[in-house]
Amino acid sequence: MIRSIRSMPLLFLLLIAMAGKSQDVNTLLTKVKFNIDKVNDYEASARMITNVTFLKVPDADVKVYFKKPNKLKIKNEKGISFVPKGAVSINLNNILSGGKYTAIDAGKDKIGTTVVRVIKLLPEDDNADVVLSTVYIDEAALVIRRAKTTTRANGSYQLEMSYGKYATYGLPDKIIFSFDTKDYKLPKGVTFDFDDGTQNNKTAADKAKAKNGSAEITFHSYVINKGILDDVFK
Amino acid sequence: MWKLLQIELFKISKRPRTYIAFIAVAAIVFIFQFAFKADGQSYMDLMLQSVKDTFSFDRVQAINGYFMCYIILNTLLIQVPILIALIAADSISGEANMGTLRLLISKPVSRTQIILVKFAAATIFTIFLLLWMAVTALFLSLLIFGSGDMLVFRSKGDESQILLITKDDIMWRYYAAFAYATVALTVIAALSLLLSIFAENSIGPIIATVCIVIVCTIISNINVPVIDKNVKPFLFTSYLVGWKGFFYIGTDVDGKTIKGSLENWPAIRKSLLILIAHIFILITAAVVVFKKKDILS
Repeated sequence: MIRSIRSMPLLFLLLIAMAGKSQDVNTLLTKVKFNIDKVNDYEASARMITNVTFLKVPDADVKVYFKKPNKLKIKNEKGISFVPKGAVSINLNNILSGGKYTAIDAGKDKIGTTVVRVIKLLPEDDNADVVLSTVYIDEAALVIRRAKTTTRANGSYQLEMSYGKYATYGLPDKIIFSFDTKDYKLPKGVTFDFDDGTQNNKTAADKAKAKNGSAEITFHSYVINKGILDDVFK
Repeated sequence: MWKLLQIELFKISKRPRTYIAFIAVAAIVFIFQFAFKADGQSYMDLMLQSVKDTFSFDRVQAINGYFMCYIILNTLLIQVPILIALIAADSISGEANMGTLRLLISKPVSRTQIILVKFAAATIFTIFLLLWMAVTALFLSLLIFGSGDMLVFRSKGDESQILLITKDDIMWRYYAAFAYATVALTVIAALSLLLSIFAENSIGPIIATVCIVIVCTIISNINVPVIDKNVKPFLFTSYLVGWKGFFYIGTDVDGKTIKGSLENWPAIRKSLLILIAHIFILITAAVVVFKKKDILS
């Protein structure tokens, strides 16, 4: 009993320290969000490279449209593009929106040569699809360099971002969006395929790799806060 | 020879059954076009059911004239051999049935010439039928559905793939595919012609051709290793769908498609050569058999 009474000041100090740190990450998140909030809408020209085992597609020139709070559309205006459904999360507003999360400081890490602060975001809504988000923030530039999100229904996905001249708006020059994919299976008996004798010599590692896909989006230019019609998102 | 060919083509043009083939092709194409215009998205949903939760894409844009033609050819090129047989299997047996075979052979032309002319006429009919398919299935579909990038759904071993060909890289593939289909269907014409030598009326060779095509197609689509290795390579039906090879676009190591490329041209070339060899063997056999045919009994 006496021992536990003695340890109480220590526990109190620890809680104060944690609260201080928590406030620190919240301040950092607020600063990052301030940059992102400067953008009400944008239209960006980009090139999208899709890496999914069962999809054999060329690189695509796409337009990315965003409008607050969370409307995002990726369009290939010259042809067909397969857009991963989770790609809406490239809009960082989706991760930080509403501030309805508990931020936990998870220390520091390195991405390349940049030291980043790792913050785990736990949604306050127990029924939210997102279970956990982890963001890696470049404290000097006040931008998110990496974000990992685990969802209940749609697997997990990761964003890797690099920044250039639009960093002050929190808009990246390049995003690598990695996501979980399901096996693609054609319904049986609908195609009579030409058997050209080529074999699939896939190893277990190749098959495991097939469960992950990625889309690399390189932005050429942004047109920011010029207004976008809602029809674009239909 | 040219005069003989003209006579043969005239005979074919005067037969009502010739137009049955054209009407049948048009009817099938129109039914497909109507069905896809009305509810093509259901087909897309079926093909993409296992990934519809992961990816989104413009389904309306995907159902375009190029895609429609591929779907129609996929179905039609399995049925068209029957239509080819209707004409080619009548070549000699029809003459025998009408009693004009003796008259024909008594003319100052060799039996070899007669067979070659009959074969040439059947080949020309095949080309016209394929041109008609190109007009209705490809060009009419492009008018109705418009053009755009083309999706190809494919099973490769135990794997399924979705290939995307950009619209500026499609037309030459169709020209090549129709040229390949001409050779493939000419094998059917040659087979029907050979069988028609043995019969006194055209029903027998037509049914025999259709039965051979159906049985061989079924065997070609059975996935049993013993049959794969020992039987399939010798069946012409294994190569009839080789036209699809022109739509299997080549990719780099990252799976990115390479414009203007084919995944396996040597396999297509090999299939083409095997089909040409079939034509040669069947026509040679037809000449040999016809030369020995007793027309006095």
